[in-house]
This record gives sequence, C-alpha cells and structure tokens, in this order.
Amino acid sequence: MIIERISMALGPIAVALLFAGIILIIAGVNPVSYYAYVLQRGLFSWIGLQQTLTRMAPLLFIAASLIVAFRAGIWNLGTDGQFLLGAVTAAAAAPLLVTVIPVWLAVSLSMVLATAVAMLWSLLPALLRAYQGVNEIITTLMMTFLGISFANVLVKLVFLDPATTVPQTRTLAVENRLPRLFDTTITSGVIMGIVAVVAVHLMMTRTSFGLKLRVVGANPRAALHAGLNVPTLTISVFALSAGLAGLAGAVDILGVYGNVRADWNPAYGMAVIPVVFLSRMNGFAAIAFVFLFSVLSIGGESAARRLGVPQDFTLVFVAITLIVLALAEYMAQRRAAVREA
Amino acid sequence: MRIAGTLSGVPALTMAETIVLEGVTKRFPGVVANDRVDLAIRAGEVHVLLGENGAGKSTLIDMLSGVQQPDGGRILIDGKVATISSPKLALALGIGTVFQHTMLVPTLTAGENLLLGAPWWRLPKKSELKARVAEISKDLGLAIDLNARAADLSLGEQQQVEILRALLRQSRVLILDESTSMLTPKGIEDLGALMRKLAKQGLAIVFITHKLKEAVAFGDRISVLKLGRKVGEITAEELKSRDNHTIIAEIVELMFGRRSGDPETGRREARALPAAAPLLEVRGLTLPAASGHHGLKSISFDVRPGEILGIAGIDGNGQKQLAEALAGQRKAAAGSIRLNGADLMSRSQAERRAMGLRYLTDDRLGEGTVGALAVATNFFLKEIGREPLWRRGIEQRRAIASRAAALVKQYDVRTPSVHTPVGRLSGGNIQKLIIARELVEGARAIIFNKPTHGLDLSNTLATRHRIREIAAAGMSVVLISTDLEELLALADRIAVMSGGAISGFVDNGEAAHSAIGRLMIGLAA
Repeated sequence: MIIERISMALGPIAVALLFAGIILIIAGVNPVSYYAYVLQRGLFSWIGLQQTLTRMAPLLFIAASLIVAFRAGIWNLGTDGQFLLGAVTAAAAAPLLVTVIPVWLAVSLSMVLATAVAMLWSLLPALLRAYQGVNEIITTLMMTFLGISFANVLVKLVFLDPATTVPQTRTLAVENRLPRLFDTTITSGVIMGIVAVVAVHLMMTRTSFGLKLRVVGANPRAALHAGLNVPTLTISVFALSAGLAGLAGAVDILGVYGNVRADWNPAYGMAVIPVVFLSRMNGFAAIAFVFLFSVLSIGGESAARRLGVPQDFTLVFVAITLIVLALAEYMAQRRAAVREA
Repeated sequence: MRIAGTLSGVPALTMAETIVLEGVTKRFPGVVANDRVDLAIRAGEVHVLLGENGAGKSTLIDMLSGVQQPDGGRILIDGKVATISSPKLALALGIGTVFQHTMLVPTLTAGENLLLGAPWWRLPKKSELKARVAEISKDLGLAIDLNARAADLSLGEQQQVEILRALLRQSRVLILDESTSMLTPKGIEDLGALMRKLAKQGLAIVFITHKLKEAVAFGDRISVLKLGRKVGEITAEELKSRDNHTIIAEIVELMFGRRSGDPETGRREARALPAAAPLLEVRGLTLPAASGHHGLKSISFDVRPGEILGIAGIDGNGQKQLAEALAGQRKAAAGSIRLNGADLMSRSQAERRAMGLRYLTDDRLGEGTVGALAVATNFFLKEIGREPLWRRGIEQRRAIASRAAALVKQYDVRTPSVHTPVGRLSGGNIQKLIIARELVEGARAIIFNKPTHGLDLSNTLATRHRIREIAAAGMSVVLISTDLEELLALADRIAVMSGGAISGFVDNGEAAHSAIGRLMIGLAA
C-alpha cells in the first residue's frame, strides 16, 4: 500500500524528468548535464544545500497555509498577497521595535503583527464566502492583485528607508534576525516551517477541529446536517491559512532578507500550489516535496546563470510532473474500473 | 413541418406506433429500476408517464434517449427492433428529449444555441435557421427572440427553445422530462397548449410528470408507473368518456392502491397505545416560502410515546422543510416545538439532538454522510469533539474504532472494516449506519424522512422492522414517506401534507387508504 503510494508519487516524477529532458534537448541543452548541475548546486554542494534548506522556510509555511485551506475545501489562491503584506509588516515593524524592546520580543512581535495583517487581508473574501457564498477563488486572487500593489505602495511611500537611494524598507541588522542553525547559513525558519506543517497535519488528522474542517471541505451539506457552524469554520480556515501565509513572509524577511525592496514578489504561493497537490495535501509528503522543489529552484537558479536555461524551467518541470501525475491517476482509475467490471 | 397536420382527427386506434417497448427491464445494484415495462408511443398522441419519484420514469427516459441500455426486453422503432446505443443515435432516430433542467448555454443567444451541434467544418447558416424557426413558430404560435441571451429567457421560454431545437432536428418523438416542475402556472398552461398543438401536427409526445392534474389536462393516454413497474394505463377512449373526477380517482387507486406484488401488503395490527401525554408537541410551526419550496403553513401535531405519526403527501409539499425545521437544521419563523415539555425552538441543532430529538435525512449520501470519510467517523459525525471519543479536542482513535465496531455488529452494517470510506457501502448499509447514529444514547423522538427510499426489498423490510421496534420501545416516531403502503403498514395516525400545510389527519384503519389518497391530491377527505 505504502509502496504503491510512493511509486504513484515518484513514478510521475521520473516520467516528467524524461519529458522535461526532451524539452531541454529541443532547447539545445544536454539534459543529463543540466540535471547533474541542478543536483550538484541544489543538493550535493554544502553551500547549495544550505541555500536549499533556507529557501524551504517560507515555502513550508505556505504549504501549511494551503493544506489547511484546501483540505477544508477553501481555495485560497491569495497567499501571495497575504505573504507580501506579512513580509512588509514584519519589515516595517522589526527595525523599529528592536530599538525599544529586547530583540527576541521585537522579532516575535513582528511575526505576530505580520500574521494579524495577513489575516485581516483575508477577511473580506472570508466574509463573502461564509455569508454570501461568493467564490473565494476569484476574491482571493483579486485581493492578491490589490495586496501586491498595496505592499509596493507601503514600501515606496510609507516605510521607505530615507538612508538609501533604492526604494526599500529599513534593514533589520543581521545580528537581530532569526538565529541561524549552528555554524551554517541555514535559517532557523526552516525548523519553524517543519513544525508548522506537522502541526497543521496533526490538527487536520487528529483533532475534532480538523475533522470539522474536513467535513465542511468534503461535504458542506453534511456539515450543515451535522449541525456544524459552517460560516464560523469557514472564517477560521481563512484566518489560519492567511495567517500562515503572512508568517511565511515574516520568516523570509526576519530570517533572510532583512528588508523588503520595492517590486519584490517571489510568488511562492503559486509555486507551492502544485507542490501541495503533488503531496496530496499530506503534511509529511509536503515537507519532502518542498525539499525537492527547493533543490530544483536553487539548482535551477544556478543553472540559469551557468547554462542559460531560464530558472522558470523549474516551474515547467513541476507543471509537467503534475500533468503526468494526473494522467497516472486517471489510468489507475481506469484500470480499477476495468478490474471491477 | 415535415408531417404537418395530416394526422389530426384520425382515431387513436389506427395511429402508427412509433416506438414500442416490450418487457423492458433495467437493474441497478440492489434496485430494479424498470421491471418488464410495456409501452407504446404513438404519433399524434400525448402519452403521459405518471409516477412518484423513484417510480422508474427517469430510467425509462434514459433508455429511450440512449443514455442507458436496457438489461432485458426490447425496443421497437417503426416496428423494427432497435438498439439506441447513444444519445446521438437517439437524435438520429428522431427522438428528441427536453430534460428537466435546461441544457442551453446561458451565455449564448437562443439562435446560437439552436445552431450548436452541427459538424465543425460547416458554417452556421443563420438565415436558413431564421427562416425555419419562423416557419415552425408560426404554426405553433411561438414568439422566441433568437437574439436574446439564453440566460435572459424565462424557464418556459428556454424550454420552448429546446423544443424548437428538437423540431429543427426533425424529431418525430419529443420527450418532456418533468418539464413543468420549474414553471409558473402560466408557463405550465402554455407548455400544455404547445404539447397539444405538436401532437395535432403528428408528433409523438411523451410527457413525464408526477402531477395528476397536468396528466389529465394534457394527456391522450396515461401510463402509471410504480416502483419500476407499469401498474396501469388509461387509454384515450377512457380519458374522453369519463369525467375528470372518476379518472383522478382511478389514477389514485393505481398509484397508491394495494397490489399483490407490493412488499408487505399485510394489514398492520392495531396497537393499543397507552393513554400517555404527548412526547413531541408541535404548534403553529411556520416557515416562509422560498424559491424551491412551499414553506410551512402553521403546522401543528402531537406524537405520544410509542406512537408512529405518518406524514403522507406527494414529494415536495414541505415534508423535508418540516423535518429540517423540527431538527433545527432550518430556522422556523414562528411556532413552538416541545419535547417532553421542554422548549426546543430556542435550542440549536446539537442541543435538540442531545435532548433526544433525532432526524434521519432521506439524502443519505448527499447530506447524511461524508462519502470520503471512514465508516467509523461517519458514526460520530454529529458528535465531533464530544467526550469520551475526543479528549480536549484530540481524537481517541482506538476508542472510536472499537465503539464503531460495536455499532457495526449491533446494527448489522455490512462493511469490510470500520475504516472503509462510507461511500463504498450500499444504500441499505449506509441507512443502517445512519439509524445506528441517530438511535444512540438518549433518543426519545425520531424523525424519519423517506427511510426506505431507494432501498431493496430486504433492506426495506429490515428498516420497517427497526421502526416498529423503536416505537415499541416507547419512543415517538414521525415517519415521512411518499410510499402510502409504508405509512399504512407502520403508522398509527397519518397526517397528509399538501402545499406546506397539513390538509388533514387520518386514523390508520379500514378507510384510511382512500381518505389519504383524496387528501393528497387536494380533495376533502
């Protein structure tokens, strides 16, 4: 059973590697040397591995955010806006707060603020969905559109660091950022991210609250029939999901970048959605797939500089994997149907 | 029109039989949807298929329109045996179907919708369409604006567009599946007039409905289906020669009457109920009407301990709203509900359940259970978070599994394991699971909504047996059913619902049967 599941997840990846290789050949790049280079830079070199693990921190929080939402049947596609506003909030708050309160408190408080702002940003789609049944896919996407612009406005007009010529927020001094793990450059955010994903996974699978969310997600009418307070649960899902996305932004700023530059938008949310689907919304599988995705994107970024393959190729690869996975699932179902008949 | 007008006035006897069904049978797992049905569809005639939900009308239509294949019997078209293997072939054979919910593309105009379906390499011939539509419309007195968006048309107009589409494709047989169920009274009248005109032009019309009045008003011939079987046919001559009241009485007898093949035709043994105070008291329960239902009009009744109160009525007359208002799933506007003297109106769904009021929904997979979740989880769907199966919100897996295993055994739920997703179980076993869930600890009054709907015979009998046991144990039972036989076999008293109100109470006894039948169709008892 477990073996079947793992092969159902890894088989498509192998097939996708093949297809992506063909695309590389067409683009005039030797796929073997490309893959080798990506693995070398993202996984097998110490510097690359540290970067990979550091990159995982925000991605893990976003994965946690999406798992809560998707399992509850809420398609929060607004994590990018929530992420950026969280990031800007943390970037604005932390450098100010460290001047008045102890560093650990300032950093923690910044994370709380970032979470709160992101939650607030999801309130409108949450209310619309809970009480008016307005499709959250559209509202969260629109709120992201607004959120990205709003974050930019904040960076350029409100939280602008007057000491620099490039438009960006005040920079949090390196010694005040989230601690790094031992003597490495790996941020402790990755540990927090893993804790977040595992906590979300356990919440969804082992607690009554998580079960209620799953019931709402799997059959909203059954939830009503069972007497669950669907609007309240819906709003809590939005709050949790958006809060985790905001936390992702805070962790990325407080742990890695220290400030937000104008027009910065890594669009992690859109990249993590297929990763979460690949993991079938299972927390532990999501950690593994986020790691894989990090290796590919860190390696891909290096390969882009070295081999001239655009770093977007990582996303192309993930997309191909997802399509192959869908095909594999379709074929498995067909086979099961034939066996039954 | 291809066969315009020539057949009008020809006596029914000599009319050509366009389609003949001989002993057509269709089985689904656990259910026989159609059992040796014979049917003749003639040109120039409106043939009404009348029957309750679940009588097998839709399956019959699916087989005529190529969506389903019969398991037995044969279909003859123009006297030759035919296999209608696909909807496309049905169209090619001249069988057009207008389904209950219109299939128009809402963002396209009426004209564009009519042009759909031609081979892709052909340019749509708009002017030709216009001319042909004008020709057909003139004969039938239709006025459809081809440039209006389908979404902007009324439901009646949308149906006219679909009928036009069928005519444009040279259909000889037009099937209207529950076409009046969503229409306003005016729309129904218009559709009826249109059907009459089409029949006059020589089309064979099959009109499916569960409304008696429409059947009598628009039909030339009425076939009554019940539990998958054709239980009777009223011919054109009979329809013409007798007055409407006699016909309606005859149909009521066919639809609700006793027949030798029905499950449980034996008489219910009269039970002497202890003269106790009512356990469940409902007074003036009111719910405003909304789209899709009648609302509730000041419903009042009492149920004593050990009593089974049946609620009869044609489906969709407020029964489900009543059940939901009682259970607290739907908020009533006014009235009072008391259980053993305690007020329930101000209580939430969960509180009512805890106080002993239980509701078994008729929609077992749609809202009664979550198909993807395990059997064990579904047992406790209404208890999520309660001690001892959850402690401080943490699931106690072992306790849940062992409790579920005990219920599976006690209620004879056939499942591979308690971890099996409930969606894989048969309807009868899902019903057992729901019964177990609602009877658990402290049940005092139970509302059953169509408890045997869609079940096979053995599960139907098992469920009925269970309902008797529940009453015998001193609980109050409200039994909502559209199956009159079931009510007569189980209930002590029967209330009849019509249009969201209770139109009368009947004590179950010798004369109950015809009294209820009359109340159901809106006549005084």
